[in-house]
Amino acid sequence: MLTEALTLQLGYNATLVALGAMFLGVAAGVTGTFLFLRKRALVSDAISHATLPGVGLAFMIMVAFGGDGRNLLGLLLGSALSASFGLLCIGWLTRRTRLAEDAAIGAVLSVFFGFGIVLLTIIQTMRVGQQAGLEGFLLGSTAGMLWNDAVIIAVGGALTLAVVIALRRPMTLVAFDPEYAAARGLNVARVDLAIMGLAMAVTVVGLKIVGLILIVAMLIIPPVAARFWSERTDHVALIAGGIGGASAYIGAGLSAVAPALPTGPIIVLVSFATFLISLLLAPGRGVLAAVLRHRRFQRRVHIRQGLLALAQGQPIYERYTLRLLQRAGLVEADGVATETGRARAAKALRDEARWALVRSDQALEGAAALYDGLRDLETVLTMDQITEIDRRIGAPQGVAL
Amino acid sequence: MMGEEFVSLSLTPLLIGVFAAIACALPGNFLLLRRQALIGDAISHVVLPGIVVAFLVTGYVSAWPMMLGAAAASLLAVGLIELIKRLGRIEPGAAMGVTFTAMFAGGVLLLEQTDTSAVHLDVEHALYGNLESLIWLDATGWRSVLDPQALAGVPDELPRIFLTLLAVIAFMRLFWRPLKIATFDTGFAQSVGARPTAMGLALVVVAAVAAVAAFDAVGSIIVIAMFICPPAAARLMTNRLERQITWSVVFATVSAVLGYVLAGYGPLWLGADHAVSAAGMIATVSGIILAMAALCAPQRMRSGAPAN
Repeated sequence: MLTEALTLQLGYNATLVALGAMFLGVAAGVTGTFLFLRKRALVSDAISHATLPGVGLAFMIMVAFGGDGRNLLGLLLGSALSASFGLLCIGWLTRRTRLAEDAAIGAVLSVFFGFGIVLLTIIQTMRVGQQAGLEGFLLGSTAGMLWNDAVIIAVGGALTLAVVIALRRPMTLVAFDPEYAAARGLNVARVDLAIMGLAMAVTVVGLKIVGLILIVAMLIIPPVAARFWSERTDHVALIAGGIGGASAYIGAGLSAVAPALPTGPIIVLVSFATFLISLLLAPGRGVLAAVLRHRRFQRRVHIRQGLLALAQGQPIYERYTLRLLQRAGLVEADGVATETGRARAAKALRDEARWALVRSDQALEGAAALYDGLRDLETVLTMDQITEIDRRIGAPQGVAL
Repeated sequence: MMGEEFVSLSLTPLLIGVFAAIACALPGNFLLLRRQALIGDAISHVVLPGIVVAFLVTGYVSAWPMMLGAAAASLLAVGLIELIKRLGRIEPGAAMGVTFTAMFAGGVLLLEQTDTSAVHLDVEHALYGNLESLIWLDATGWRSVLDPQALAGVPDELPRIFLTLLAVIAFMRLFWRPLKIATFDTGFAQSVGARPTAMGLALVVVAAVAAVAAFDAVGSIIVIAMFICPPAAARLMTNRLERQITWSVVFATVSAVLGYVLAGYGPLWLGADHAVSAAGMIATVSGIILAMAALCAPQRMRSGAPAN
C-alpha cells in the first residue's frame, strides 16, 4: 500500500494531493530558509494562527450570499486577508510601540486565534455550520478532499514554488547581508515583504493539508535541519527545499494509505526526524562531528604535552597521555622513550624554543598571533625564517634523558 | 443575571477564568521583560503530548497525573530548546519552533492513534478548554457560598487553579528582589549573588505550572493570550515594574470577566440563542485591551523616541 502511495498509484486525487504537498513542501523549505536567516522564524507562527478568523469570516460571508461556504478558494482568500492583517498588526506594534517583536507575535497569534475560535463556535450554531468541517483547518485533513480542492493545492504549491525560484537571488542577498543589498540598490523592505508574502502563501495553501497549527513547522524545521549541512545560503535553501518536499510527499503518501492518520502531524514528524539526523550526523556542525573534533584536539594536546615532558626528563603521570604515546610508538610500555619518541620530543622542545623567540620578536608579531601551543611552526613561517631563528637560538641544546 | 442561576452556572467558571488569567499574567510580566514572551506559546503547545502520555500511562482521565505529565513535558521542551540552541548553534526562536511543533505533532498523532472516544480528551478540547461546563450544580443561591455541603460540590478545577495562583504569588513575593535584578541586569545580579540563571529557570518552571493548571480548566488559547496580552498592555502604561504588574492583573481580570460575560450573554443580547466560546472571547477582549493601550497608553513609545 505504502509503495503504491509513494509511486502515485492510489488514484487521481491522492496523486494530486501528494504532488501538491511536495511542491508546497519545497516552497516552504526554501521560503523558510530566508525567514530563518533573517531570524524571523516565529513570525510564521503568527501568520498561520492569524488565518483562522479569515477562514471563519469567509465561510460566513459566502453563506450569507447564498453560496457554498466550503468553497476552498474563498476560504483561502479569506485566510490570506486576515493573515495579512495580522502581519500588519505585528509590524505596527513593533514599530509604533515599545513592545518587542516576540511580544507582538505572541499577542497577534493568541488574539487572532481566539477570535477565530469565537467565529467557529458561531458557525457551529448556524444551520449550515454543522457540516462545515472547518475544524479540518486546525490540523489538516486530506481525507475526502474534492477534486477541485486538490487542483487548487497543486496549482497553489507550484505557483508559490515558481515565485520562490524567481525571487531567490534578491532574497539570498537580503538574508545574507541586508546592508550590502541596500548598497546594491535593492529595496530591502520590499524584499522582506516578499519573503513574508511567500510565507503567507505557503501557509494559506498548506492550511487544508497540514492545518494551521502545524504549517509553521514546514517553514521552520527543514531550514534548521538544512543549516547543519552547509555554510552557503543557496545550498541551505536547496537542501531545505529537498527536506521539505520529501517530508511533505512522504507524509501525504502515508496519510493516503491510512486515512485515520492526520496528514499534518506525520509531515511534521518526518521532517523532525531529518532534523534529528542532521543535528547528530551532519559533518562540520553536527554533534557527532563536534565530539570527534574535540577528541582529536584532546589527543593532540596530550601527545604534545607528553613529548615536552619526555624532552625535559619529567615523569608522566597522566595515564591517558602514556597510553596515547605508547600507541603512537613513542614510548615503551615502561614509559621509556623509543628512538622516534626521543627524536619527536627533541623536535617539540626545539619548536617551543623557536616559538618563544617568535613571540618575543616584534617583527614576527603576525606569526606569533597564531601561537596556540599545538601549531607546527613550519605551517606559519618559511624554511628560511626558521633557519634564521635557529641561528639566533644557537646550537642544538642537549636533551636530558 | 445576579440571581440563583448566576451562582450555580456562572460564578465558578467566572472565578476560574479570573484566577487562570491572573496566574498566567503574573509570570508573563517577567517573561515579557526578558524577551521570552513566546515561551508561553511553546509551553501551551507541548502540554498536549504531556497530557496524552499521562493518559496512556495511567489509563484514565484524572487531573493530577495529567498535570504532572504536562509539567514534565514543559520541562522537557525547555531542556530540548536549550539543547538544540547550544548543540546546533541555532537562534532561540527557530529552536523553539522546531521543538514545540514536533512535540505537538507527536501529541496529536498519539491522540488520534488511541481510543479516547470514551473520555473527554481531544485536540479541540485542549485548545478551547471547557470553561462553560465547569458549573456548580449543588449551589442554590448566594447562601451556598457559606454552605459546606454545597461547597463540596464545587468543580475540582476551582481549588486547583486557586492554589496555583497562591503558589505563583508566593513565588513572586519570596523571590521578588532576585527576580527583579535578574530581569533587568543579569551582570549585576551575578555579581551580588542573585543567581540569574537559576532565577530564569525557576521563572520558566512557575510559568509552566501556571500554564498547566490554567490549561486544565480553560484550554491553551487563554494561556497564550494571558501570558502576553495583559503584561504587554501594562508595559505600555507605566515605566515601573510594580505598577506594570498591578495593571496586568487589572487587565487580566477585566479580560476574563468581560470575555466570559460577552461570550455567555452577548449573543443573547444580539438575539442569537447560543453562547460562543468563552476562551476565545476572553482572548479577543485581551487583544482589544492591548490594541487600545497601543493606541493611547501614556508610555506606549520607546523612551527617547520622538513623540510624534
